[in-house]
This record gives sequence, C-alpha cells and structure tokens, in this order.
Amino acid sequence: MTRAITQRSWGERLIVLVPYLWLATFFLVPFLIVLKISLSHTAIAQPPYTPVFDPGAGWNALAQAVSMLSFENYALLGSDWLYLASYLKSLEIAGGSTLLLLLIGFPIAYGMARAPRHWQPVVFVLVVLPFWTSFLIRIYAWINILQRDGLLNQLLLALRIVDEPSAWLSTDTAVYIGIVYSYLPFMVLPIYATLEKMDETLLEAAADLGCPNWKAFWLVTLPLSRPGVIAGALLCFIPIVGEFVIPDLLGSSQTMMIGQTLWAEFFANRDWPVASAVAVVLLCLVVVPIVIYEQMQTRDLARRT
Amino acid sequence: MRKASWFNIGSLALGLAFLYLPIVILVIYSFNASRLVTVWGGWSTRWYAELIDDRAMLESAWVTLRIAFLSASAATVLGTLAAIALVRFDRFRGRVLFSGMIYAPLVMPEVIIGLALLLLFVAIDIDRGFWTIAIAHTTLITCFVTVVVQSRLLTFDTTLEEAAMNLGCPPVKTFLTVTLPLIAPALASGWMLAFTLSLDDLVVASFTTGPGATTLPIRIYSEVRLGVKPEINAACTILIALVAVGIVCASLLTKFHDVGRGGVAGLAAR
Repeated sequence: MTRAITQRSWGERLIVLVPYLWLATFFLVPFLIVLKISLSHTAIAQPPYTPVFDPGAGWNALAQAVSMLSFENYALLGSDWLYLASYLKSLEIAGGSTLLLLLIGFPIAYGMARAPRHWQPVVFVLVVLPFWTSFLIRIYAWINILQRDGLLNQLLLALRIVDEPSAWLSTDTAVYIGIVYSYLPFMVLPIYATLEKMDETLLEAAADLGCPNWKAFWLVTLPLSRPGVIAGALLCFIPIVGEFVIPDLLGSSQTMMIGQTLWAEFFANRDWPVASAVAVVLLCLVVVPIVIYEQMQTRDLARRT
Repeated sequence: MRKASWFNIGSLALGLAFLYLPIVILVIYSFNASRLVTVWGGWSTRWYAELIDDRAMLESAWVTLRIAFLSASAATVLGTLAAIALVRFDRFRGRVLFSGMIYAPLVMPEVIIGLALLLLFVAIDIDRGFWTIAIAHTTLITCFVTVVVQSRLLTFDTTLEEAAMNLGCPPVKTFLTVTLPLIAPALASGWMLAFTLSLDDLVVASFTTGPGATTLPIRIYSEVRLGVKPEINAACTILIALVAVGIVCASLLTKFHDVGRGGVAGLAAR
C-alpha cells in the first residue's frame, strides 16, 4: 500500500528526513569535496593541498575561485602512461573475472535451482555461509595455498604434473582466483533467484513439443534468467573495477589496478589532489553500470509495491 | 521434472568444494606445530596461546567489536527508516536522489567511499579515530540493512496496520506494537549483516582511521603483507569460529533460512 497524500505528519517527514540528511552529509557532500580537491593544487602542507575556496567568502570570492580551478591533476593522469595502464588493467581484470564468474556461477546456480525442493534451503545456506567469514581471511587463505612452497605446488609436485614449483602468487592468475572466489556468491544468488522462480511447466511444454533438453535450455531457461545474469554481472563488475585488497595481496606489483594506484597516491605519495582526480575518473568508469543497476533496483521495487 | 542430474550434482559439489577448501585448510594449519607454515609438524595449540599474550591484537579486536556494534545499530535505525520511506511513500521531494544514495554504496568501490569520507573529515576538521570509523561504517552499511528490511516490508500484510488504526490505535503505537514485531526478524538479520560487514572492512577503515584506532582488519592486513604467519592463521580461525557461533545463535532465534536470506540474498532477492 502506498499513500499519495501530499500533506504529511511530522513523524512521516522525519522518517524520510533522518536517513536523507545522513546520506547527504556523509555520502553526497564528500563526493563534492573529492571533486573540489581534485581541481586544486598540490602543496607540501597539512592537509597537503591548497584550498580552492572558502564557502564563507561570498560570490566574488567564489567567482575568483572558479577562475583558479586547475586541471593539472587531470592533465597528469592523461600524460602519464602509468595511470592509463592501471585503468585499462582494472577494466581488463574486471571484465575477465566477471565472465569467469558467469561461467562458473551459472552452473552452480542452475544446480541449486534444480536440486530437490527439500534440499534447497540447505544448499542455499552452504553457498551463503562463506560470505559471512571475513573477506580478508578468505584472501589470506589463498596466500597459504598459492605461495611458492604452498599446498598447490606441493600437490602438483606430488602428482608429478610439474617438475619444479611454479610461481602462482603475484600473478594475474592469483588475482583472478581471488576475485572469483570472493565474488562468487554475488553472481550465484541473483541467478539462482531468477531460476528458482522460473515456471517449470514451460520446460515441460517444450519437452512435450519435442524440443531436446539442450535446446530448451538455450531457448527457454537462458533468456528467462537474463535479469539475474545482468544483476549478478553488475554486482560483480562494478566493485571489482575498484578492487584494492585482492590485487594488493595476491597480484604482482608491476601493473597495478586503479584501486591500488589511488591507494599508493594517497598513502605513499601523500598526493591528495591526484588521488582525488584518480577517484573521479574511476567514478566516471563505473557510473554507467551503477546507473543501470540503480534503475533495475528501482524498477524492481516499483513492480513489487 | 526434478531429477538431480549428475551434471547438476557435480557442478554444485565442485562449487562448494571451491568455496570451503581454502577455509578448511586455513583452520587445519592454524593447529600446525611447526613455525614454517608449509611444513606439517603435528597438532598443537601453541599459536592460540601466543595469541592470548598479544596485547595489541586483543586491543584491536576490542576496538573493532565496539565499532561494529555501534555502527550496526545506527545503520539498522537509519536503514529501517530508509526502507519504510522507499516502500511506503510513493513520492516525495528528491525521491530519485534518495534511492540513488541508498543503492549506490552497495556497489560503489570502497576506495572512493573511503577517500571521500576522509576528505570530509579533514574539511570539517575533526579528530580522526574511533568515531570517524564508526560514522564511515554506518554510512557504508546502512544500504545493506535497507535492502534486507525493504524485501520484508514488500511482503508485509498492511491490513494488520489498518485494522489497528481502525480500532483507534495511534500511528506511532501501531508501528511499535504491530509493524515492528512483524519486521523484527528482518531487522535482526539486517543488523547481523551490518555487524559482519563492519567487522570485515579494511579499506574504508584504513582511510578514516586515526591514532589509537587500529581495527583488527588493519592489523591483520599489515601482518599479512609481511607474509604468512601461524599466529594469523590462529587469529583467523577464531574469527571464523565467532562468526559461525553467531550464525548458529541467530538461527536459533529465527529460521536458519531467514538468516541466510538476510545475507547476500538481500541483494539478490528480486
């Protein structure tokens, strides 16, 4: 039930106002500050930038401040190959691992949805459970396995698949493994949610009309699972582009992903304006998928109310 | 039609093995007597004993728990209000911006949120530490609570509220005595999800922390960068055990299925 009354009581206004103000203060305003600082000059000071303007100083000062805005940080991002390389690297890893997640996650979701009814809650909990353990711990667990004298190499040597231990850690392979491992529930669950709701009589109809199983899968199941696939892909792709922990712990230090570059600019170089500019460009990379994701959420909400 | 084919069972089994094997290995190796993490030296609990003497680690654990408790509680209040606003109020000024701000943190890269919040804290010039992490975490996890509570509110039978109001119950009392008890399981699983997310967060905490507020993930991260250590295996195992106990307790309170649903499915439920 929704109320279309325009005149609202104070209580109802508060319900909207309290979270609204919180998010505006701690989510929206900070982004404007990032934008502002990305346009200011780097300075060796604390905080390490020259403020662009003082909001208390009135319109004249504001006009003057606008004329002082500097795009030098963005020019730096464009001119230094390092930044472009790490943006491309992020997109490549995010795209590749989303594809991998889809290839691995879909069969799992399909298996879950086709499991006998009374098994489903158990299987569901089994898939969700690792998600509750710490993200950092799960990545750390892989360091145990992937390091040079780790279990993977011991196993491969024992099975005589390789003759000498190969380097797994600090490679892109390790990053892909870590990402697929951490994000798998985010891919599996949306797909499972759509497959579970699918009307199975459609498949029976297809079978009755002589359609072979693989063709029914291709023509019926796959198109119907599309919303879940898109939601899963977005839930994985967007955060992976800005991922920091996984490439930092498992990846090589040669080509950094953009999250690592931002981190390094901020913590190691203490160059806040450049870090802010990196963040703004990163935001531009993910803003289109985020808008698509939000529209899906809003449409979904509207459909269900 | 519901025959579990070998392909389905196989892909499920492989998927579950992939999800659980690394954690099981970690737990087993935390009981390894050898200091060399890759050589098995027999069963031992010596790393747990050493952990208990590690003051810094214990202090971090305490800070982390306090932050998680505070921010999960604040996020539950804010997230529930936001969910009610989104589900019950069809239109209000700035609704598009509102729902945008609710859903964006679900997928927004954490480095951006962390950097943005830090710059805010610097701009308004407050001392960074415990409180700034708590505020940052509240902002980060509110949206997860909203999604969980929202999916409960959508299946809510509003005639119960109407009945109460028709019988002369004032709106606030209706909310407290009818609505709140009915959505309580969603609040509980939303709180738990928020709590674990806060316990877990490294990136946002690293940006917004200050002197004296080293959370457990920050400490573990700085140790892990130096390589694998048996003490860290033990610390991780304790954390895993804590989460497992928490989930079992929650499952005794509500139905197990609900707790799971409160998790990722909150995001996925559609």
